[in-house]
Amino acid sequence: MGETPRPGRKVMQMSDDVMAEIHRDYLFNLVLKGERDDGRAFDEFRDISIETGVAGMAEGSALVTLGDTQILVGVKIQPGEPFPDTPDVGVIITNTELIPMASPEYEAGPPREGAIEIARVVDRGIRESKAIDLEKLCMVKGEKVWIIFIDIHVLNNGGNIIDAASIGSIAALLSTTLPAERYGLGEDSPLPVRDIPVAVTAIEFGGELLLDPSLEEGKLAGTVYTVITNSDGSISGMQKSGAEPLTIDQAMRVVDMAGTAAAKIREKFLEV
Amino acid sequence: MSEKPEHFIVDGKRLDGRSVDELRPIKIKLSPLDRADGSCYLEWGRNKIMAAVYGPRELHPRHRQNLTKAVVQYRYNMAAFSVDDRIRPGHSRRSIEISKVGRDAFEYVVFTKFFPKTAVDIFIEVLQADAGTRTAGINAASLALADAGIPMRGLVSACAVGKVDGEIVLDLMKEEDNFGEADVPIAMTAGGKITHLQMDGNLTRDEFYEALKLAKIGCDKVYKLQRQALIERYSKEYAENGGDATTRPEGDADE
Repeated sequence: MGETPRPGRKVMQMSDDVMAEIHRDYLFNLVLKGERDDGRAFDEFRDISIETGVAGMAEGSALVTLGDTQILVGVKIQPGEPFPDTPDVGVIITNTELIPMASPEYEAGPPREGAIEIARVVDRGIRESKAIDLEKLCMVKGEKVWIIFIDIHVLNNGGNIIDAASIGSIAALLSTTLPAERYGLGEDSPLPVRDIPVAVTAIEFGGELLLDPSLEEGKLAGTVYTVITNSDGSISGMQKSGAEPLTIDQAMRVVDMAGTAAAKIREKFLEV
Repeated sequence: MSEKPEHFIVDGKRLDGRSVDELRPIKIKLSPLDRADGSCYLEWGRNKIMAAVYGPRELHPRHRQNLTKAVVQYRYNMAAFSVDDRIRPGHSRRSIEISKVGRDAFEYVVFTKFFPKTAVDIFIEVLQADAGTRTAGINAASLALADAGIPMRGLVSACAVGKVDGEIVLDLMKEEDNFGEADVPIAMTAGGKITHLQMDGNLTRDEFYEALKLAKIGCDKVYKLQRQALIERYSKEYAENGGDATTRPEGDADE
């Protein structure tokens, strides 16, 4: 992590980085025995809960918990101008706020590279899967289209923000209404969503691949590798980050694990 | 933006006449810049990229220093005039993301533990963009690091693979990038360890596996060109002849 740990007032408020480093050998030895600190299997997600419609002023919203991580995603929609190079389709704008309430490490201010990366990876999954039928969001070619703002608010960073943000974003979009009446543009209708992309993130640690890293596992990981899969099992986005490399074999193993895990999440929480 | 072509591949040839596993021509010139500790100018198709490396040097502000290793910093920047419509100078969300994963691509190979408390600064300027600027930037950065004499495990070599007309192809050109079905930029060490991997578009699992294998072939080709460029730059003949750019008309240096 690029952020500098700030000195805590109490010794117990040591930064996440320091605590993770202290636990490194312990977690490493657990992995060698095939175990994780919270008792999960390597390919097992923490508990997930999704509540939609929590932000009443938004056109769609979802509060997602993934283990200790809590994320609120709100979708706002308004008419606006299309981009000049894509005059006949709607616009998606995705933003992530790592607000200071979510972690002692976060500071107020414009999004930094960590937040920008999360937003762009989540955006990539939704955009490239063509989950939203953007052609249906064009009202007047070159002049008027619907603009969809997906705002991801991280309330509590308990690790693996990307997957929680991805699940929250598609859950919020599935609950979204096009606010046509408010703008005098006809009747309200559900947002046309036709696929359910789900991001699954793995880390490499102790020679093993672990899905849904906890906060500490994520801190210790050399490699963080996210794979976004669609309902038909195809892949529509990937991002590798972190200082350690990945072999072709490992990459393929994560692709297979991610496809299986995403299918389970989709079936249990996101099928309409 | 240009129109989407009807076909990307006709009789096994792509729009610019390449086969599916062929790179665009790459030209490399080492040490073009005087002030930087290491630099590289790279042309790849119509991409024109300048890379410079400074360091290891003292890192400011001091609270950003790491007591156990050097901090690798990577700045990818597109010149305002490098694309069709002028882009506003300075950071964009895209360039911030590319800078982050660019840094990640080099942290593994640079022996950061040798230089605690310092920074190794890598600067990429895209002077002319023609699809694949992030991978071209990584290739140039890799050579600029070597040119600066930064101790490394080895070079990093990058290329993009993608899918057009249902086929997996190497090194996307602009039309293939804009209208193709998938884009997978990848960087690897010579030993095939992946240090950079992104993907957008749509691929099945098996297509992705095919893409990875093709990327390995592409990265191997790039590696040979990089290695050749370094040998020529630092060989005795280079010194005696007063030095000249290494030029390779086509993909493979050793064919």
